[in-house]
Amino acid sequence: MTTTNFPGAMVEVSGLRKAYRRQVVLDGVDLRVPEATVFALLGPNGAGKTTTVQILSTLIRADAGTVRVAGHDVTAEPDRVRAAIGVTGQFSAVDALLTGAENLRLMTDLRHLGRVEGRRVVDDLLARFDLTEAAGKPVAAYSGGMKRRLDLAMTLVGRPRLIFLDEPTAGLDPRSRRAMWQIVRELVAEGATVFLTTQYLEEADHLADRVALLDGGRLVAEGSPAELKRLVPGGHVRLHFTDAAHLAAAAGLFPAAARHDDDLTLRVPGDGSVSGVRALLDRLDAAGVAVDSLSLHTPDLDDVFLALTGHPTEEKVTA
Amino acid sequence: MSTLAHTVGDSATMLRRNLKHAVRYPSLTVMVIALPVIFLLLFVYVFGGTLGNGLGGVAGGRSAYADYVTPGILLLAMAGAAQGTAIAVAMDMTEGIVARFRTMSIARAAVLTGHVVGAVAQTLLGLAVVVGVALLVGFRPDAGPAQWLAAVGLLTLTAFAITWLSVALGMVPKSVESASNLPMPLLLLPFLGSGFVPTDSMPAWLGWFAEHQPFTPIMETLRGLLLAGQVDGGDAVAAVAWCAGISLLGYLWARRLYDRDPSR
Repeated sequence: MTTTNFPGAMVEVSGLRKAYRRQVVLDGVDLRVPEATVFALLGPNGAGKTTTVQILSTLIRADAGTVRVAGHDVTAEPDRVRAAIGVTGQFSAVDALLTGAENLRLMTDLRHLGRVEGRRVVDDLLARFDLTEAAGKPVAAYSGGMKRRLDLAMTLVGRPRLIFLDEPTAGLDPRSRRAMWQIVRELVAEGATVFLTTQYLEEADHLADRVALLDGGRLVAEGSPAELKRLVPGGHVRLHFTDAAHLAAAAGLFPAAARHDDDLTLRVPGDGSVSGVRALLDRLDAAGVAVDSLSLHTPDLDDVFLALTGHPTEEKVTA
Repeated sequence: MSTLAHTVGDSATMLRRNLKHAVRYPSLTVMVIALPVIFLLLFVYVFGGTLGNGLGGVAGGRSAYADYVTPGILLLAMAGAAQGTAIAVAMDMTEGIVARFRTMSIARAAVLTGHVVGAVAQTLLGLAVVVGVALLVGFRPDAGPAQWLAAVGLLTLTAFAITWLSVALGMVPKSVESASNLPMPLLLLPFLGSGFVPTDSMPAWLGWFAEHQPFTPIMETLRGLLLAGQVDGGDAVAAVAWCAGISLLGYLWARRLYDRDPSR
């Protein structure tokens, strides 16, 4: 039970490999997640995100590499790992024939919380996840968002130190997504460590202390969102015009800019500083070019992903 | 708490879950009870008059056949319940919640034990209904409390053995459809044994199989306990040995299947 051999790290992975028959899913992954932080594993479909979570949460076995979770080796001491973690997978892990309250009760019983404490935890979680009214209804009658909230509530029973969230906001509407982000922030404020996977760069950007980009079973980059953004060249100023003549005139002024005739925009490379923008506008004014509107674009993780992998995140990767 | 206390506690939690399922999804239970009752009525009223005369006893006829066939129907009921158990387990294994259980620090056998205890209770309930209907249609057992107790004990043991086997069978295939087919051969065993006609009326090769398959000594022991007032010692030993063997095999197989890497 010592924590000295992994100072502050909740997850330590080195040389992780996994293949299904001949299909290599993870090809030598190294990870380290410090305690009480949010770690986001970012990647397109098929990159190996879910497989990583399944191995780290003792659900499947790795082919090679060492995996220590909460200070314990997942192969040698799976039960110690299981006692420290909570997992919300991509697919709903609730019992559809039971009610919401019964599902939570099942978890408090399996975590051996005792009758009084169990009841208190169930009531707290129902209230926290806005499920008190639906507590007595069978889960089969819940909406997708309610099922997701119940799923996460069940994961939190017993206050796991490390919480795995596999694409926690996939398929949620924007409001539910923001509610989920708020919950993740609260969990970390309470001292938990969160390991999440996502396809949404915005999500990793908002939540994560550290982000790792997984592509084709390999990590292509790792760092804080700010560090990763520094990996790609600066942003641009996006100019929008009302007609093609002004667009053409502006394009003549800035040969380095990317011209998009279909939506009448011009992307001029620039760092977005006030002086830079002022100089840009002065040049346009001097040439008598009318700009309809402009927006500043600083590099986001989408740009990072594109720059590092050579394909955008939406693209499905087939190995 | 000790490991044993955890195992018992977790299994009880799982049992409560399975019993709630059985109450809220009763169609499987109803099917499992209805099937043997229909067969009982068919065999007593349609075939019973003729088959009863062929038994070679003094009385013959429908009432003699009701006595003869009831132990066979009880085993048929258990084979039907095995199919229900395999379906329930297969359905459960496709649920996300079982994946959640696998990532939790709970006694490894608890999920399976919950299924087994729940299914045995359900099976015994079904058997009680069958015996009740049998009494209404002419089954006249001649047994004291000790014999009844022994018969209930043997039925429980048999249900336990068949249930562990069917829990394993429910986990072999990935699909619920295939899981419902795997225990089918069990439904034939009462017919290919002494369940419906004496084995000496069969061709020699079939009679040999019927004599040596597990259901026959169990059915013969039940007949001995409930009707004849005396039990063939060899049959009783064989019945208990078969139950113990099948239980152990089913348990080990089921544990192995549950622990297998789901990615394989």
